[in-house]
Amino acid sequence: MTDGTESQTPSFRRKGFRFDVFRLFTWVASAATVATLVCIAASILVQAWPAIAHFGLGFFTTVAWKTSDPENYGVLPYLVGTAISSLIALLLALPLGVLIAIFLSENFLAPPLRNTVRFVVELLAAIPSVIYGLWGIAVVIPIVQRIGGPIAGALGFLPLFQGPASGNSMLTASLVLALMVLPTITAISRTALVAVPGQLREGSYAIGATRWETIFGVLLPTAAPGIVAATILAFGRAMGETMAVAMLIGNSPRLTWSLLSPAGTLASLIANKFGEAEDLQVSALLYAAFALMLFTLLVNVVGELVLRRAQKSISGLR
Amino acid sequence: MKTTSSRFAGLIALIALSPLSVYAATQLQGAGATFPAPLYQRWIAEFSKANPGIQINYQGVGSGAGIKQFTDGLVTFGASDAAMTDAQIEKVKQGVVLIPATAGSIVLAYNLPGVETLKLSREAYVGIFLGKITKWSDPAIAKTNEGVKIPDLNITVCTRSDSSGTNFVFTGHLSAVSSDFKSQVGQGTSVTWPAGVAGQGNDGVTALIKQTQGAIGYVEYGYAKNNKLPFAQLQNKAGEFVAASPESGAATLNTTQFPANILRAWPSDPDGKDAYPIATFTWLLLYKTYSDKDKLAALKKFVTYGLTDGQKLSNDLGYIPMPAEVVQKCEAALNSVQ
Repeated sequence: MTDGTESQTPSFRRKGFRFDVFRLFTWVASAATVATLVCIAASILVQAWPAIAHFGLGFFTTVAWKTSDPENYGVLPYLVGTAISSLIALLLALPLGVLIAIFLSENFLAPPLRNTVRFVVELLAAIPSVIYGLWGIAVVIPIVQRIGGPIAGALGFLPLFQGPASGNSMLTASLVLALMVLPTITAISRTALVAVPGQLREGSYAIGATRWETIFGVLLPTAAPGIVAATILAFGRAMGETMAVAMLIGNSPRLTWSLLSPAGTLASLIANKFGEAEDLQVSALLYAAFALMLFTLLVNVVGELVLRRAQKSISGLR
Repeated sequence: MKTTSSRFAGLIALIALSPLSVYAATQLQGAGATFPAPLYQRWIAEFSKANPGIQINYQGVGSGAGIKQFTDGLVTFGASDAAMTDAQIEKVKQGVVLIPATAGSIVLAYNLPGVETLKLSREAYVGIFLGKITKWSDPAIAKTNEGVKIPDLNITVCTRSDSSGTNFVFTGHLSAVSSDFKSQVGQGTSVTWPAGVAGQGNDGVTALIKQTQGAIGYVEYGYAKNNKLPFAQLQNKAGEFVAASPESGAATLNTTQFPANILRAWPSDPDGKDAYPIATFTWLLLYKTYSDKDKLAALKKFVTYGLTDGQKLSNDLGYIPMPAEVVQKCEAALNSVQ
């Protein structure tokens, strides 16, 4: 500490004087974060502008990615692919993740064992996504190849399971995505469950509820804001996941509703095409990137709103 | 503390002085197509042994990025599988000289257990890539493969997910052969394929073919050869079934007619009984004039090496050595660079 700050300390303590170095640093740090985000969004928007001006909103309803005769770009299949693959991943990972979180927040296991399991689940988040991709190629694709044909044969009348079945497909990508978002859901849900005040549990037992009634009737509703937050984070991660998806989804430019067909996502589109893209195609890819950013933002805003409502409805409980 | 800082100072001095310890070498920067990159790297390695005063660095960043860096003047030379269009050439102030540097074939590699030779008629392979033929038991395939036991599998078409010169050449051939393909898909570095799964780069497509029974996909001849993937004999314009090889590729290149003013042409559907139907040149992009005469001399020496001795390395790496006639034209074009 220098003399200068020492002489400032008493004045800082005086009521009404709001300046201190620490506060300044936190201000600068948060402003820099916001500024970075704004800069990224602005530079993407600027570079995407030629495509935005050229294609307008039709970009989101067009099925094409052609560099000549004539040049035409649209992201409808990739938009649908992003939505479907993330939703399915969430559909699979959410129940599983919450159940794991309940298991790890109750006293079913001795604490050392419980912590080991928790650690292992959270370790899933530390695996690089390219490893998930390789694992998907080595393990999940052969499984999907084997079961895909019979599924398409039996349920092919549903658009969701239309054949021909392919190993590199929406299903494969969704399964691996589900595993990738599982630790996010588990970790945050568990923290929320552990944070539920003990009196609530005791109160529930006191009026004669069983353990399961307590978990589903009291603990889960109380922890709901945390679980919703976990879901939003997981959804965001699933939407933006690139490497593993690009390796597994089959990168098809066609619009499909079938889980057994190859598909594509916005993130995998950008990863695939950017390397060799030129002129308008670069701009179109940045347009797609901008759209992806907007959608992630939208998911977060919706999540935030849901979170607030949920918090309000249970605020009496706390 | 003292020893660390003095060591640190020593290190700084070393870094600062190191350019002086090597005598000033002429540096050439190149960037572009990935397809010829293995051959160019080999040329550079061999050439550098004989010419230690010239340092060459080639980055396989893709044809599109290569053209861009070349146009922006960031490199000494560029490289592209799709040459350069007239519009692109106009943007380069110093002028452009296109030099075909090597050539390659594109093969249809497949994964069919027990099938060692496969003959595909034009009707068959166009139908497969249009998504109209979906089973290996299709009569269009059976017709040309009497006596071959082809498993009854679904066809998985494997395509490139990235924009690439390979796409451009392959879709160019299919468009030349089939008016349906031309109207429904068309030629381009990236097209909307009506069927199949897609992988990134030759590696990605090769991996897809290897992991999927019943797969067929287009890759550079060298990749199929190195990965020991079987590939189909294709029916050429004369009606013969021809396998890709350096000889059949050379037969294709021999039929190529260049326009008078520029060395740019694609043999999209070659004549000739022995010609393999899908082969293409790949180009080095040079400026018409260079202000740095040392660089100019080094570059000319390197390209001359590539066109002469360098061609002998082609076979090993899965490329097609260029016909002598084409090499002569290239040397003449190289002489016009100043």
